[in-house]
Amino acid sequence: MQEQHNPLEAIQDIRRMMERSSRFISLSGWSGISAGACALVAAYITSQRISCWSIGDCLFSRLTGNGADALKRELFLIAGITFVAAFCLAFVFTYLRSRKNGTPIWDPTVRRLMWSVMIPLLAGAFLLYRMIQLEQYELVAPGCLLFYGIALLNASKYTLGEIRYLALGQLILGIFNLWWVGYGLYFWALGFGVLHILYGVWMWWKYER
Amino acid sequence: MKNPIGQLNKVFDSRIRLGVMSSLMVNAEISFNDLKQLLEVTDGNLASHLVNLEENGFIKVHKGFIGRKTNTTYSITKAGEKAFREHVEALEQMIKGVR
Repeated sequence: MQEQHNPLEAIQDIRRMMERSSRFISLSGWSGISAGACALVAAYITSQRISCWSIGDCLFSRLTGNGADALKRELFLIAGITFVAAFCLAFVFTYLRSRKNGTPIWDPTVRRLMWSVMIPLLAGAFLLYRMIQLEQYELVAPGCLLFYGIALLNASKYTLGEIRYLALGQLILGIFNLWWVGYGLYFWALGFGVLHILYGVWMWWKYER
Repeated sequence: MKNPIGQLNKVFDSRIRLGVMSSLMVNAEISFNDLKQLLEVTDGNLASHLVNLEENGFIKVHKGFIGRKTNTTYSITKAGEKAFREHVEALEQMIKGVR
């Protein structure tokens, strides 16, 4: 018989194959750090714009009419750019890591990971979009955190399991934010910014150093 | 006491066959190409191991098409699952015995 090996090695082989065939393990810690940095920058810019519109130099445009709409458009733009930037950076770092590991960037584990994140996120996006349409802004920030937390929790089956701590962190922040309405931006920065960075550093420390 | 080495399945002595079975245990089905990528083996090598597993009744083959290209996927059978579990249990027994 070819390749006789000892039982411990065989068990380790089995375990490794099960992991490799079902989990996408090249998610880089740098992806978390970069996404978190994007979120912090965006939160800072947003807070500047909001205070500008409510007390500062943008007052003139507010007096001339539809200031709220202009602000809303601006915030949507910031959110959109942030999402795209964070996603692209996260992708680049993970792509580099998978090249280094020699694992494919597009295989069934990636597809499953994508779907398991996208479906809860899309459901959340519809809800939040509708809430904004109905001008119910109070729960938008906690809604983002809660749905993102659920999406990550769902994804934790298909990638390195530690991501579920990030998910739980987002969920806890989201729930607190439900009662601290009006501090949405702070919770948002804490969840999408600080937690991402902490998670990224932890993952980098544990797997990539 | 029963000797656990007797419980080891000879079919799973090959690392490639063991790898195929391990990944099919946790995935409903996997295509030939994905298996090839996963195990880092050549077409011919993988194919012969798959035929062996199929002849033993441990895996099922589904031939399909994506457009004009053939897309062959594999899944584990009940017998395959049972054999694999027994093999893993035997391995565990051996490890316990060594200690």
